[in-house]
Amino acid sequence: MGKTLFEKVWEPHVVAQDPGAPAILYVDAHLIHEVTSPQAFSMLRERGLPVRRPDKTFATMDHAIPTRIGVDISLWPADAATQVRTLRENCHDFGITLWDIEGDVQGIVHIVGPEMGVTQPGMTIVCGDSHTSTHGAFGALAFGIGTSEVGHVLASQCLLQKKPKTFAINVEGELGLGITAKDIILAIIAKNGAGGGAGYVFEYRGSAIRKLDMASRMTICNMSIEGGARAGMIAPDETTFEYMKGRPFAPKGEQWDKAVAYWKTLVTDDDAAFDRTLTLDASQLAPMVTYGTNPGQGLYVTSNIPLAEEIEDPSERRSLLSAMEYMGLKPGQPIEGQQVDIVFIGSCTNGRIEDLREAAKIAKGKKVADNVQALVVPGSKAIKAQAEAEGLDVIFTEAGFEWRGAGCSMCLAMNDDKAGAGKYVASTSNRNFQGRQGPGSRSLLMSPIMAAAAALNGKVVDVRELL
Amino acid sequence: MEPIKTLTASAVPLRAENVDTDQIIPARFLTAVTKAGMGDGLFSSWRYNPDGSPKPDFPLNKPEYKDGKILIAGRNFGSGSSREHAVWALTEYGFRAVITSGFADIFYNNSLKNGLLLVALPEETVNMLLDLVEEDPETQITVDLASQTVTLPDGQQLGFPIDPFRKICLLEGVDDLGYIMKQADAIATYEAVPAY
Ligand code: SF4
Repeated sequence: MGKTLFEKVWEPHVVAQDPGAPAILYVDAHLIHEVTSPQAFSMLRERGLPVRRPDKTFATMDHAIPTRIGVDISLWPADAATQVRTLRENCHDFGITLWDIEGDVQGIVHIVGPEMGVTQPGMTIVCGDSHTSTHGAFGALAFGIGTSEVGHVLASQCLLQKKPKTFAINVEGELGLGITAKDIILAIIAKNGAGGGAGYVFEYRGSAIRKLDMASRMTICNMSIEGGARAGMIAPDETTFEYMKGRPFAPKGEQWDKAVAYWKTLVTDDDAAFDRTLTLDASQLAPMVTYGTNPGQGLYVTSNIPLAEEIEDPSERRSLLSAMEYMGLKPGQPIEGQQVDIVFIGSCTNGRIEDLREAAKIAKGKKVADNVQALVVPGSKAIKAQAEAEGLDVIFTEAGFEWRGAGCSMCLAMNDDKAGAGKYVASTSNRNFQGRQGPGSRSLLMSPIMAAAAALNGKVVDVRELL
Repeated sequence: MEPIKTLTASAVPLRAENVDTDQIIPARFLTAVTKAGMGDGLFSSWRYNPDGSPKPDFPLNKPEYKDGKILIAGRNFGSGSSREHAVWALTEYGFRAVITSGFADIFYNNSLKNGLLLVALPEETVNMLLDLVEEDPETQITVDLASQTVTLPDGQQLGFPIDPFRKICLLEGVDDLGYIMKQADAIATYEAVPAY
């Protein structure tokens, strides 16, 4: 029997495995950031251990840092400054490459990894962050780990891992106008549930996936974790190789040819079997919006929030009712027309240049509605520079959006970008958990063009009417 | 890691599904560079009013549940972020075990590394336990890892699954890193061979 893409990446990385025990899995690239690494370095220091492969570890700062342009670190909140200084010290002491806020490369860890060519097909990639699943868009096996595991990887370049099961997600058909990768993944999660992928690695397949560019593939793999799967993968192809060629850490010359020949083998064989399968017809999709407090609570912008009696499962019903109470919404109400107070365009899900270009097309020559605060936060310094070179910053600021520095910002509200209690946030990020974007904040997840349209109208609208 | 073998304690009922890591410990508590103090942030938004006063209706604030060391909650517990801070918050607060019908993967792994025992039982059973401890907060529940059972005061025993390897690690307090490091030679051999 043939092998799946996942198996082709997993198997060669098993360094050793005792019978009945999890595998000792080798890690090709380890990404770290300021928030989940300090305690791991403390562990190394306590045990007097070195970092085994500093050349395979890459650090940046993104979660806690302010994104207001030009704010000096001496004026930062003390905690964030301490985390950044601690990361600098740790990287310096252990010889790790750091993409510091003072250089040109810094950005959200899952955006800079691919930008720098660190992310490559066939690799195992981990990071102390659940959205590490993003890197699976290159045909890598990439997943989030806890801080203890960050310590294990620093010390041994390995992880103790139980082999997950495989889950094929087939997305077939043509996407309609105004339907994006974000709508595909939100639809998958709405269908399969926020916990539906637990224990599995997703492989996104089918004609609709093959046509997507790398940015869109990253958006989809990014939210695998929101569907409960730790990792999501897409087989590499010419689109992948094209994206990677010439990136700083990508193989060069003869090595490049060898690498591509190997990468081309990283496809699921025709006779391989998956443990589970789900199929989605891309041609039937409408723009998605979440209405609840987990990413599975999403619907078409043209639909109404379900009524409690329409939900059979008692737990899901309870979950709907508690979400409605938190969100201040009513079962059965349309989501279109829902008022929006804040708009956040950014994050590792949708903070790439392609996202900003599409959002800018909607915003161009228009004005953000009164009483709406709208933020555009590029995912990395390179994206920010590129956007400025293309004049996107001008389009956004003229329309009344704030133009920020690179970072996670209001995706998790660790810095001062917090939505106030009770505020509705049209957000391109990945989590609509209670208080995720500030204590008491209410998130409505959607695509960048939907968020831009919401900013102009002060409410949720169907972006297709503006196209 | 402190090995955990058996535990008899009262439990705290948390009737909520998809309790995500942002609820367990909101991002604003992740600014520390050590593990200390995380217990204060546990369930912060549910536990406290914006002015810092406790919300009397939240189970952790009810006097009858103050000694609970077992948390019982709805399905898909620990979803979301990889933050191990969520586990540190639960253990620092005093929880030693969580019972629910399903855990998110990364949370599960993180818990094992901190000696927080995770017990997955069928949803109906979890609902029954929630009813039980809501009716009588004094209910003593025993979780025994070696026999993989939960025992109720009336003698009823409920089995729960756990990976056999992880069970040994928890019982003996084996740490992953020590286990991996025993394979240092295999790692070096592996590193000597190029991927392509
Ligand atoms: S942008 Fe959001 S989801 Fe992505 S790494 Fe930052 S905080 Fe996490």
